[in-house]
Amino acid sequence: MSVIMAKEVFDVDKVRAGFPELLRSVNGHPLVYLDNAATGLKPAIVIERMRAFEMLEYATVRRGSYRIGEDATEKFESARADVARFINARPGEIVFTSGATQSINLVASSWGRKFLKEGDEVIVSAMEHHANIVPWQVVCEERGAKLRVIPVDDRGELIMEEYARLLSPRAKIVAVTHVSNVLGTVNPVREITAMAHGEGAIVLIDGAQAIPHMKVDVYAIGCDFYAFSSHKLYGPTGLGVLYGKTEILDAMPPYITGGDMIERVTFEKTTFRKAPAKFEAGTPPVTQVIGLGEAIRYIKSVGMERIEEHERELLYYGELALAAIPGIRIIGTAPQRASIISFTLGDIHPHDIVTALDHHGVAVRGGHHCAQPLMDRFGVPATVRASFAFYNTFADIDTLAEGLREVVEVFS
Amino acid sequence: MSYKSDLYQQVILDHNRKPRNFHAMQGATHTCEGFNPLCGDRLTVYLKLNPAGVIDEVSFTGSGCAISKSSASMMTSNLKGKTEAQAREMLASFRKMVTGEAENADEERLGKLSIFTGVKEYPSRVKCATLAWHTMACALDRSGSTTSD
Repeated sequence: MSVIMAKEVFDVDKVRAGFPELLRSVNGHPLVYLDNAATGLKPAIVIERMRAFEMLEYATVRRGSYRIGEDATEKFESARADVARFINARPGEIVFTSGATQSINLVASSWGRKFLKEGDEVIVSAMEHHANIVPWQVVCEERGAKLRVIPVDDRGELIMEEYARLLSPRAKIVAVTHVSNVLGTVNPVREITAMAHGEGAIVLIDGAQAIPHMKVDVYAIGCDFYAFSSHKLYGPTGLGVLYGKTEILDAMPPYITGGDMIERVTFEKTTFRKAPAKFEAGTPPVTQVIGLGEAIRYIKSVGMERIEEHERELLYYGELALAAIPGIRIIGTAPQRASIISFTLGDIHPHDIVTALDHHGVAVRGGHHCAQPLMDRFGVPATVRASFAFYNTFADIDTLAEGLREVVEVFS
Repeated sequence: MSYKSDLYQQVILDHNRKPRNFHAMQGATHTCEGFNPLCGDRLTVYLKLNPAGVIDEVSFTGSGCAISKSSASMMTSNLKGKTEAQAREMLASFRKMVTGEAENADEERLGKLSIFTGVKEYPSRVKCATLAWHTMACALDRSGSTTSD
């Protein structure tokens, strides 16, 4: 017997009803929020879960042997397990940080200071966010190591032949973004990782822009580290995640030190706990972790496949709508892309465009997007970036296009 | 209010399209490069002061948004013939106007520059409007380079 299942339709209106901030109006217009690559709006369910936790369930974790402390610890660790399952990792491999930026800094500082030597090389790419450039630059300087850069072609894809050429026994770590925050390019992270491992280098993937858009499986990627932030995944700010393979985390010294990460302290010597506790000194952001756990549950209830499908349609529709605007140049045309579109419009400065669109209630980002080397690569001082989430609609894109047409009229 | 009537007025758009005194200067007595790290706007202001301390010539080069470019253009159009002290007073009045520190623009001192009064409704754009002015003051101080803080 065969059962034909009716494919459940993605109901964007139902999704939108769960995000209170989408009901706001801005400058007399309904908010059209298209800066999702900067931060995601929060669903009411996440806000309410955090509120409930703060009101009645809050206590410190991993310390109190009293009941409410044990309950809070159980919920905290259960959220860690949810995060682990979400990216196909084990709970012991999940370190909570303050954000993707700190996750990368932790690795650069802890792993870098211990394992990088003079003459070693660190490989990044030309499309990295400053957060995946500067920490490496600083540790390279300190250790006498060299920073090497995988170039990007005109479509916004990594030039893999050049990457292969950069790999040598001197290369100790490759730190590359999964998805570009400017171009939207989805990088071949499995291949990048396999190639690095072939030369004995380890791999950190900056997943800040990938995590809200696609199913991430760190085991399938094979990477040694994977970093992302909670707030881009519709969770709270001030919380990030670092996935790291246990044997590598165990070999690393602590990043910051203090309470809750030690086994035994005397004035002569201190011994440290195992990862992840070793990297979580001080009282952790308990409520935020509970919030991220709820955000992940929410995302799973919507379904990542459906999110991907809707965002693919938004990207396709957005590209068509924007391509029709006179003077537009879309920067980043790789075939594999997340729902992020960067563009310039004639010689109109991105900041003027952002101000004009704001008057239509449209929130987009203008600037260098913390990727100045990439701006240099494409010969522009700045771009406008529209980034879509699964709660965006075709009507949002129509409003954006309408606003841009007016900008062209006003400024030409 | 619309951004077309309070911020991007025709005069401002015109100076953006056709900036005045938009060139490097041979024989400048004072020069400085200013930049806005937030948006990457960058411009250089050139001044030629005569021995009496009066601005004989003023020009600028660089790239930036419509607000920073038109502000630079209109500044250069209004500084010729002013003394160093008058130029600094104009900067102070201009800054007070665009930050909203002064309730009303000092129209007597600023004249046509009062058109930038609308900028005070856009806090993120204040630095665009003041960049040329701070760069001009930096040139007078001869301190090399400045940011619009």
